Amino acid sequence: MRHGNRRLDIVLALGAAALILLPWYRIDSGFFGLGWLSGFPFSSQAAPAVLQIMFHGHPWLLGALVFFLVGLAARLVDRPRQRGTILVVAGSLGLGYLTLQGLAIGFTGWTWGITERLFGQLSDGQPSMGAGAVTLATVFVLMLAFGLAERGFMKGDAFIVSCISLLIFLVGVFVFYPIGSMMVAAVQDIDGSFNPTGLLRNLRDPSIWSLDCVIGAGRCGVAWRTFFLALMTASGSTLLGLAFALVATRTRFPFKKGLRLLTVLPIITPPFVIGLALTLLFGRAGVVTEVISNLFGVEPGRWLYGMTGIWIAQVLSFTPISFLVLIGVVEGVSPSMEEASQTLRADRWRTFWRVSLPLMKPGLANAFLIGFIESMADFGNPLVLGGSHGVLSTEIFFSVVGSQNDPSRAAVLAIVLLCFTLTAFLAQRFWLSGKNFATVTGKGDSGAHIALPRSLSVAVHAIVIPWMAFTVVIYGMILVGGFVKTWGLDNSLTVEHYVRAFSVGMHNGSIAWTGVAWNSFWTTMEIALISAPLTAAVGLLTAYIIVRQKFAGRNLFEFALMMSFAIPGTVIGVSYIMAFNLPPLEMTGSALILIACFVFRNMPVGVRGGIAAMSQLDKSLDEASLTLRANSFRTIRLIVLPLLRPAIRAALVYSFVRAITSISAVIFLVSAQYNMATSYIVGLVENGEYGVAIAYSSMLIVVMMAVIGGFQLLVGERRLRRENRVAGLKDTPSIPLAQEKTA
Amino acid sequence: MINVKPGSVVFENVSKTFGAFTAIPDLSLTIEPGTLVTLLGPSGCGKTTTLRMLAGLEHPTSGRILIGGKDVTMLPANERDVSMVFQSYALFPHMSALDNVAYGLQSSGLRKAEAREKAEEGLKLVGLAGMGHRLPAELSGGQQQRVAVARALVLEPQVLLLDEPLSNLDARLRRRVRTEIRDLQQRLGFTAVYVTHDQDEALAVSDRIIVMKDGAIAQAGAPRDLYEFPASAFIADFMGEANVIACEVVGQEGEEALVRVAGVDHRVASRHARPGSAKLAVRPGSIRIGASGGPGIPGRILHSAYLGGHVEYEVETAVGTLFIVDHDMTEGLPAATDVTLDLKKRGIALIAA
Repeated sequence: MRHGNRRLDIVLALGAAALILLPWYRIDSGFFGLGWLSGFPFSSQAAPAVLQIMFHGHPWLLGALVFFLVGLAARLVDRPRQRGTILVVAGSLGLGYLTLQGLAIGFTGWTWGITERLFGQLSDGQPSMGAGAVTLATVFVLMLAFGLAERGFMKGDAFIVSCISLLIFLVGVFVFYPIGSMMVAAVQDIDGSFNPTGLLRNLRDPSIWSLDCVIGAGRCGVAWRTFFLALMTASGSTLLGLAFALVATRTRFPFKKGLRLLTVLPIITPPFVIGLALTLLFGRAGVVTEVISNLFGVEPGRWLYGMTGIWIAQVLSFTPISFLVLIGVVEGVSPSMEEASQTLRADRWRTFWRVSLPLMKPGLANAFLIGFIESMADFGNPLVLGGSHGVLSTEIFFSVVGSQNDPSRAAVLAIVLLCFTLTAFLAQRFWLSGKNFATVTGKGDSGAHIALPRSLSVAVHAIVIPWMAFTVVIYGMILVGGFVKTWGLDNSLTVEHYVRAFSVGMHNGSIAWTGVAWNSFWTTMEIALISAPLTAAVGLLTAYIIVRQKFAGRNLFEFALMMSFAIPGTVIGVSYIMAFNLPPLEMTGSALILIACFVFRNMPVGVRGGIAAMSQLDKSLDEASLTLRANSFRTIRLIVLPLLRPAIRAALVYSFVRAITSISAVIFLVSAQYNMATSYIVGLVENGEYGVAIAYSSMLIVVMMAVIGGFQLLVGERRLRRENRVAGLKDTPSIPLAQEKTA
Repeated sequence: MINVKPGSVVFENVSKTFGAFTAIPDLSLTIEPGTLVTLLGPSGCGKTTTLRMLAGLEHPTSGRILIGGKDVTMLPANERDVSMVFQSYALFPHMSALDNVAYGLQSSGLRKAEAREKAEEGLKLVGLAGMGHRLPAELSGGQQQRVAVARALVLEPQVLLLDEPLSNLDARLRRRVRTEIRDLQQRLGFTAVYVTHDQDEALAVSDRIIVMKDGAIAQAGAPRDLYEFPASAFIADFMGEANVIACEVVGQEGEEALVRVAGVDHRVASRHARPGSAKLAVRPGSIRIGASGGPGIPGRILHSAYLGGHVEYEVETAVGTLFIVDHDMTEGLPAATDVTLDLKKRGIALIAA
């Protein structure tokens, strides 16, 4: 127990500080503003826990103090097993008590009727948890971890146990607590009492569940419309993706590099930009619409605004993703299988239908499910193009922000949406796992893939070439659009939009950011730059634990993490405002909530990438380091991290880009003080300021490209001259980045 | 200079389970300081698990492990006074050979300059002086192996653990490196635990061999004892091939037993044979092939293969099909020849039934 005492001392000191030196409750003006120092320690707002107990009428905090003192007493025990047990008990009960009192006692007193009946009315409630409370909660988690380590859990490795405990704690607070709050909110009244009428009313609401479009006249409910749209989008993007993948691998198409470039686009394109570009082409005042109406005298229609438009935009957005998935699948079919088929007297057509395609089936199903989840979760395109024909994600949004203001309805819709995506996720996870025919064996397969049958080759070219041209036009629109005065009405070129958005002036000798976009632009950059390294760190640490450590519940842990990725952004957004708007945790309107949202939404990609990279690192490298007297922290720092540079870079870039492009969750969480670029652009679109919106979007795309290049230089290449034991690491998947992208 | 302080190793009723699978039911063993002991056995016999428990990479489910008399059962790997040479060498690919060797020294708290100086010494010890700046990828397999040994030895551990250290080398290099390891061990006098599945390797390097099967010790002893007096048919077959044939012990005369095989009597070295049915382990080279009709066991050649230095036969007899290696014949007998088999004096062991 050489190190055991020192680390416990540090944590106990931290706990004591949390109780004595830090304000226990949330400071309204912000903890980091340090304004609270003037009132410390006696003002009721800034008082630490000990004083809150004595003078400010919050005696229930005594419980937390008692459990902390039990942990402190454990320090005096010498026998590790006994001490471990005491620490585990003190930590877990302390954490439980802290949580319970936070949930049970709100601003004005008891939150639950049952506790009020049991313990009588409280004269006063309590505000949200602040620095002291949060620190003490962390201390309890660490106590629990140290206790487990001293009892021999994870071979007594306190660092690893602490990491696991903290991760579970954080995921619990930032993923499962919000979802739980949302479920509760579905059956709650405004005053917090149980009231299922809202739930029942919405569950029976024909505007959600009606199947009239199939069995009668009229329109289907929003749930079914979203579902059918998702099916259509998934089919469309899978078919197109397959065509692209076949062209890229099985033909002599001359622009294969360009095809690969296509896969990067959805990563750096804010999700609603495609919809925006479509409006500029086919909207009522769009270029194409104008030309056609002038030539043929057709009345400009509104056909784009609705399911058709959303479908086109989504297929455009998600085809690159399914291409990325399917290119691996198509390449994974071993040429020797096809050669074997040919030597068995099958012609190319028969080989393709009877051998190649069946081998790709699981991959196709996977691409389909990914497309399905993407479409379900997509928020940007329906918002721009939906008009009155909304889908679930936009309906959720409007039932929170719109005139309806019906949180119960939002919660129910969110649960419906969650059920759809989770079902698809579970299907992907369980039904498809183990059905993979990936025939990459590591044995040298000779030869290239056989060419496609002629007719098929013609067909896929006929699909791919126009679609590629279409995509190029769309992106051309995005770049050019910012320079056109008013689409459809006045097509003269101008830099007016850029000036309006990004003008910079000199004011009293200092730079004045006079453009309208600067405010949200800098906020976006700041938050993206803060959350990117956090996301990468949390993601890679989790990957290390999942790959390298064996512990009870590891599979569940991994599953829960990955599942959090199938939660649509809209659902996250709704659940965050429902969870973090009132005590015990209040974060809405702060930058913190945006950062937390990004870290826990984007972390699974870091985890995926980390797992992929780390699985290729020989486990004996870590073990060698351990037998060479290094502890696991030193091992991670000196051995694992340097060998994971490509994965680190990918995680950094990805989380940065995602923080900039995402809209669905963000739009619920932004505030006047912290507005993000995407939600600002959506606002511009709603006001009809397409020019500025497009200009801002293309600026974002350019900035992201620049930053990606910067990261590339910053993290650098790994210095491993020849491939050796870590063979294959060099081309570590720069992560199937877009594979999991949900808008 | 590298000064090792050889330590002893004791396992007391150690068991290890992985979920529902029991890798080691109950293992007790003692390793004397300064000896090289080999854990030998087929894959899945628990030898690597045993080694990893000694290193601290796995913790036993129950029982105690002592190194140098100190209980280390619950100690994590980085706090144990052992070091290990991995099967894959596990050299850190992003560090030079010197940094690899210095890594453990720096982890133990040595200052950088000291660590490097000592690492240079370590490299010199394994004959790689001046190669310290190279990355592992720039070294040959044999050199990488030596860096791995140096990296483990500079920590002056009480016990050096070697996990199949030769399996990534080609056959010719393997012989040389195993001699080097043995030389180094005898020169510096450290305790070494060596895991392998190759019985030639075990016979060549060990002071003592522990043969494991199904997580338990099948037999332990000096190399010669194991080869000449296998305690079971498994050991006999594992320590170099053997034909196991049924026989009957009919008498004991001093150091020899009289056994009857297929009606023919033979004398076999044995200490205390009990009369009754038993088994005989006969090395393929210990059977003489004679012309049909002579004294001995009659048989008929099923297959014969000419291999330059020797001829291999499979001969069908009344006691089963026997595998025979004949070093004396200049040319092989064809299949379907009738022959008579006679047992030689050496290379035959009596196993209790």
